[in-house]
Amino acid sequence: MSSRRIFARPARFAAIAPYIWMVLFFLVPFGFVLKISLSQTAIAQPPYEPVFDLTAGWESVKVAFAALSFDNFRLLGSDDIYVYAYVRSLTVAVTATALLLLIGYPIAYGMARLPKRWQAVAMVLVIVPFWTSFLIRIYAWINILQHDGLLNQILLALHLVSQPVVWLSTDTAMYIGIVYSYLPFMILPLYATLAKMEPALEEAASDLGAPPWQVFWLVTFPLSLPGVGAGVLLCFIPIVGEFVIPDLLAGSNSLMIGQTLWLEFFTNKDWPVASAAAIVLLVVLLVPLLLYERLQKRQLEQGR
Amino acid sequence: MRKVSRLSRFNVASLALGLAFLYLPILILVIYSFNASRLVTVWGGWSLRWYHEFFNDRAMIEAAWMSLRVAASSATIATLLGTLAAVALSRGERFRGRTLFSGMLYAPLVMPEVITGLSLLLLFVALNAERGFWTVTIAHTTLTMCFVAVVVQSRLGSLDRSLEEAAMDLGCNPVRAFVAVTLPLIAPAIVAGWMLAFTLSLDDLVIASFTTGPGSATLPIRIYSEVRLGVKPEINAICTLVIALIAVVIVIASLASKLSSSQGESAAPL
Repeated sequence: MSSRRIFARPARFAAIAPYIWMVLFFLVPFGFVLKISLSQTAIAQPPYEPVFDLTAGWESVKVAFAALSFDNFRLLGSDDIYVYAYVRSLTVAVTATALLLLIGYPIAYGMARLPKRWQAVAMVLVIVPFWTSFLIRIYAWINILQHDGLLNQILLALHLVSQPVVWLSTDTAMYIGIVYSYLPFMILPLYATLAKMEPALEEAASDLGAPPWQVFWLVTFPLSLPGVGAGVLLCFIPIVGEFVIPDLLAGSNSLMIGQTLWLEFFTNKDWPVASAAAIVLLVVLLVPLLLYERLQKRQLEQGR
Repeated sequence: MRKVSRLSRFNVASLALGLAFLYLPILILVIYSFNASRLVTVWGGWSLRWYHEFFNDRAMIEAAWMSLRVAASSATIATLLGTLAAVALSRGERFRGRTLFSGMLYAPLVMPEVITGLSLLLLFVALNAERGFWTVTIAHTTLTMCFVAVVVQSRLGSLDRSLEEAAMDLGCNPVRAFVAVTLPLIAPAIVAGWMLAFTLSLDDLVIASFTTGPGSATLPIRIYSEVRLGVKPEINAICTLVIALIAVVIVIASLASKLSSSQGESAAPL
């Protein structure tokens, strides 16, 4: 064990460079978001009133604290657009995650039951689309779903519809896009737990006379719950803040919070309100984020 | 004894449908990029017309070049920092601030990109940094080093520690033991981490939109502004080229990792 401890000392020093980087470019920026979310909007460049000026000493800090205002948060709470955007973001994320679980589970289950040699192939096949660009995959669906796109052509040719259906700018298109983009994130953790499961457990249940659906509900599904948890969190958290998919595939009459933040920032140039929206989004996601982190840490530290 | 049949018809069907769902849209996109017709959905025969159009599109080419430069440099810095972080987390035992450190590394993996992008932009504005190549590179490094750290850390976690301990018992100092024993063994994960960082950077729209400045758009930013105006066959061609590039990166990197892992195994007994 002593050599392990000797090895640990220089290994600890390896943390210095990434530590400094993450504090500088991950932690400190949040301070700026918090600060600007509490400052006044101004028509200037940058478009906010600076509230902090450390060069002027303690007096300025006191002045700065006196000038802090919660107006932006009050605006977020009182304006229906923002409240509605948060509600919509959560609704979309819950619905999409449920769909992902429903679609992803059978695929992961099928993968786990393949012969060992084919499991590796199937895993590569699921991962590869994840490597192709996110934007490209959404664009591929715009190709298919547009007015004279492939889907409408097929539906017309089969006489299932008499005139082209409007797919783009609907919630249906958005859900297709989300499920398509996030499916690998749901399948992989599910597959990881299902593949580790002892097949003898299922066999025993079925030998004792349980019908297949009971084997699934009483044995397979409960044992796969860690994978379900990881997959659900891995999809739910980023979907709440999703911007690209709703922007390109859903209609513009109801916005998700990522879109409102983007709009405030780029179109209205209201940086303080955008920052306040980001802070509220972060608070909404705090519990799932902490859950996910604990899961991730446990998994990586169990791996040894 | 009745045995549960391992692969039911339901399993096969869900696998086949799932893979078709994942691959058909991309396949359709690639096929239509060779379409001679201007109308994206009418088939007018095979043609390389849209590729020609892309190579004559100055702004697109510049954006593509910018994206490649950002992806290569941010992936390289991220691989360096991410590997160091993984070594510290999996071999450093306990150290002060470890919880905060691992927290900062895992959070960006799922953090909505709008938050990461906005916070970095506010930092750059406060520092009065000129926005362009370097700000995007720093932003992408911050995001992708976390992915590298996870990939390398899971490889380190599955390694047999007695190998590096044996090297030290035989007289290596820790640094030498790491370079001679551990590094060759985790090389495939490092290569995979670089690859993941490269493609993530090439792919990113949201963070790049926040952190870039005027006149230095990346490829996804250009594609996004075109896509908002509607489907254009030229975009199909660009997307096909990006897919081809990523496929080449994957093939090269998996060959490299296979090579280095076989080397690693031969190096391990030394």
